[in-house]
Amino acid sequence: MSRPDIKRRTTLDHRKKQFSTPTYAPVEYKHRLNFYATPPTADITLEQFEQWGIDRLRVLAELEACSFRNKSPIETASHMKPLLDKYLPLSSSTSNSPALQAERQKDHYSHFILRLAFASTEDLRRRFARAETMLFRIRFQGDDSKERAGFVEGLSLEWEAVGEEERRQYAEELRAAGGGYPKRIEEESYFKVDWEKVPELVEGRRVFLRGGMAYVPSREQMSMVVAEFTGRLERALELTSRALPRLDEDDRLSPILTHLSQNFTTPDANYSATQTSLAGADISARTIDTLSSSFPLCMQNLHRSLRRDAHLKHYGRLQYTLFLKGIGLNLEECLIFWRGGFNKITDDAFNKDYRYNVRHAYGEVGGDSNRRGKGYSPFSCHKILTEHPPGPGEAHGCPYRHFSTENLMGLLQTVGVRDQEALRGVREDKEKTKFHLACNRVFEYAHKQEIQKVREEGTWGAAQLETLIHPNEYFKRSYLLRNLGKHQKKEEGEGDVKMEE
Amino acid sequence: MTAILHQNSTIQLHPKMPHSIPGANSAENDEVPIVAEEMETDEMQTDAEVNKPNESNVTPAEEMTAEDAIAEQLKDTKVAEAKPEVKLEDLFADDDSDDEFASSNIKDTKVSSSPPEAPSSPVNIGTLSRATDTDVMRAFYQRLFPWRSLFQWLNHSPTPSTDFGHREFAFTLQNDAYLRYQAFPTADLLRKDVLRLMPSRFEIGPVYNTNPRDRKTLRKASSFKPLAKELCFDIDLTDYDDIRTCCDKANICIKCWQFITMAIKVIDIALRDDFGFKHILWVYSGRRGAHAWVCDKKARQMNDQKRRAVAGYLEVIKGGAQGGKRVDVKRPLHPHVARSLDILKSHFQSDILEDQDPWETDVKFARLLDLLPDRSLNEALRKKWSSAPGRASSAKWADIDALAKSGASKNLDSKALLEAKQDVLLEYTYPRLDIEVSKHLNHLLKSPFVVHPGTGRVCVPINPKRLGDFDPLDVPTVTELLDEINEWTAPEGEDGGKVVQDWEKTRLKPYMEHFRSFVAVLMRDEAGVKVKRERDDSDAMQF
Repeated sequence: MSRPDIKRRTTLDHRKKQFSTPTYAPVEYKHRLNFYATPPTADITLEQFEQWGIDRLRVLAELEACSFRNKSPIETASHMKPLLDKYLPLSSSTSNSPALQAERQKDHYSHFILRLAFASTEDLRRRFARAETMLFRIRFQGDDSKERAGFVEGLSLEWEAVGEEERRQYAEELRAAGGGYPKRIEEESYFKVDWEKVPELVEGRRVFLRGGMAYVPSREQMSMVVAEFTGRLERALELTSRALPRLDEDDRLSPILTHLSQNFTTPDANYSATQTSLAGADISARTIDTLSSSFPLCMQNLHRSLRRDAHLKHYGRLQYTLFLKGIGLNLEECLIFWRGGFNKITDDAFNKDYRYNVRHAYGEVGGDSNRRGKGYSPFSCHKILTEHPPGPGEAHGCPYRHFSTENLMGLLQTVGVRDQEALRGVREDKEKTKFHLACNRVFEYAHKQEIQKVREEGTWGAAQLETLIHPNEYFKRSYLLRNLGKHQKKEEGEGDVKMEE
Repeated sequence: MTAILHQNSTIQLHPKMPHSIPGANSAENDEVPIVAEEMETDEMQTDAEVNKPNESNVTPAEEMTAEDAIAEQLKDTKVAEAKPEVKLEDLFADDDSDDEFASSNIKDTKVSSSPPEAPSSPVNIGTLSRATDTDVMRAFYQRLFPWRSLFQWLNHSPTPSTDFGHREFAFTLQNDAYLRYQAFPTADLLRKDVLRLMPSRFEIGPVYNTNPRDRKTLRKASSFKPLAKELCFDIDLTDYDDIRTCCDKANICIKCWQFITMAIKVIDIALRDDFGFKHILWVYSGRRGAHAWVCDKKARQMNDQKRRAVAGYLEVIKGGAQGGKRVDVKRPLHPHVARSLDILKSHFQSDILEDQDPWETDVKFARLLDLLPDRSLNEALRKKWSSAPGRASSAKWADIDALAKSGASKNLDSKALLEAKQDVLLEYTYPRLDIEVSKHLNHLLKSPFVVHPGTGRVCVPINPKRLGDFDPLDVPTVTELLDEINEWTAPEGEDGGKVVQDWEKTRLKPYMEHFRSFVAVLMRDEAGVKVKRERDDSDAMQF
């Protein structure tokens, strides 16, 4: 908690302090964008409080959904435009709109309302910061350049401009780091900042680095501003969370806040094994080979690699073990399965090097037994697509994303997708980085007849046929479709096969 | 004090390092003598023998020589006084560095001066089998391991602080159990526990916000957080298996070591010039790779995102086995890639084309052709190479340009060809990092100077200034080192005025000196930095 700054401390008369009501000057919003550094001070009604919170939440939830669907920034921006105009309009300063200040006030206040709602747990904080960052980025891009410049100037960030001489000295490096941009070095101006301020630019090798300083071209300013925004927001959220328990509150706000935070659901929520277990299915070490035809491509690839090499590297084992756990293979059978799979090593080596891993994934061992719960959740597509890209010799990840197009085509053909039409579709999806679509396309191709059948008979609702975003859902749906006659009855009355909460 | 030491030593297994769980290790506590006893007694000796199952590995002949050497040393060294179980001084590590070794000399007499046993076998047992022998390891930890320097390296000052005290150590015990979350206030207490448990190796983790031993007393598991750790890199030759032809798996030779040499050059200069790091310690991993520890304060305090950024900046070779083309760099080349290319060019000619000869057979050069862009040129090359089996890779590499000039392809894009050749060069030379080690703050990495259990070699620091001279096969093994102590005689013309420490008698000397000067410079720089309490100066909102 930061202490009150010195100026304020001295002006307040300590004898009167506890009785005085602080007075604040009304806030004037000079810029369209806001770093949300100062909290709101004016009064609003309870209805406004709730309505503004809900409006902003709509926007954030949709933004998050866009990222799960792997939409590109441009697509996201165009997708979000109508929503933003409806729920959180922000006119530019030049528009002379009469609602200008009111719009900005709503933006400002709603941000702080949600901050309160989402400060409670680390998970919520992280997601809130991510969604807010996306929102900020979209708005920053939509800002006209003059207004943007004014806003950035107002932030007073610690950036050092690169002098004429220095710029000429490193002209070649600066151009090379910018991928050949700009054509002539005079066309661009540069800032020099500590590289830790622009980690994403460093990670992508998009800036020239020297002696710990990054030379950032002004067109990359956005990523710096955005990083600054995220950093400050994360810190502020942390502070808010610590202050929450001391929130002196009559019980009007907390129900609203709880309600708000509960409504921030995500398709990446934990996957629960009970919801996808298949009653009556024979899932054991022996049957995995047969069942594997119902696996999504990522898991089929792992399965094939395991059968081919009698080995999988760490992340491959983890991804596959958790998937198997998710389809209902119990620990004992899973150990049998891995033991059988790693058939080139001795029992001793297996027990020593691998057994623990599997048990750890099932939550049998490791850490504190009270805290580990049931081990890790099976990976969602989002996780597989975005975390731990496979390195040399590794078979995990998503084939649609991590394979070269030729190898992907080869793999698809070996698993039985030979239809030229489908393959072409996959190729296009991959080029557009729509990996979900590619996977769903293959699913639809592989279950063409069954899907048609349930559609015609109307036995499956729309929810059961929506886009797949989890490997375990892929398996479950595939299994149910292939065993339509057998499991139909059990599924009835259970509603849809929804797995996310 | 001992109670504190022991009560928290639970067996904890690391998810990435699976091992079977053996029984509790507490039984050893009473049997293994921990501190130096005044002098050895026969009783003591028999005691020690009982709990050493691989006793027979030590041949009588060696025992004799050891005894002689000890007798020599005793002349120079005063007999230290008996130490109580825990001395007050143990808590403060500011006694003279000579002390730590002097006391070990006394102790050794106990181990080695036992009466020769009935000869079990006259043959000298191979070095490898002896490497993990408890006796050998004990002698190594007692006499050679640089506890003080290690302490100073991690503590960044001579007075014990939380930099060392809250640092996680993880032991791999002789029975392969993995003991995590160990922490020690001082170097001496670490040394003591190592001697008690005799781990075959130990690893170093991050500094936590609380003492790792107290982590379970915290109300919330999430409030136990790693704060700082050196930025680490791990390069392992197994990642080069698809391009190295001389050895595979765990084997290495000086030829394939050149991959590591290149990697160190490229990474080291990038870390220094680009990121401005100064204190980079390179350590031989004991078998087939090298680790880097970037010890600058700024590097230690980086969060995972920044670590990922550095790792991403340095990563050029991407993609798994199925990923197709592995190198995909933008043009014009980023200054870092361009500089790396310059460094790697000469290595490519000698170490790759000549020594590795990577495209010797049809199958192998098919891989090369896959990477080249022009079809008709590739056809011409394929024809030429198939008809001349055994043509050296360097000749093949030259053929590409020769055929391109002769006009084997009508519409040849010479720029694309040049770029493809650069990509090939990078794919065969650019460092392949085990990136996960670098990305996470809480990753554990084997400590410098421990003994690799498989090879018996000591994980010595590599001096990047004399990188070319480093030969991994020349790195001393623990048994060689102990023999060198025994064989050492004082140089003529010197009286016993100066105590010569054990490590100075061995081939460990240059490595020790490098480490000590590295630590000294690090400590000097660290002392220069006025430690300011960082306060949240942002006017962050709080409700």
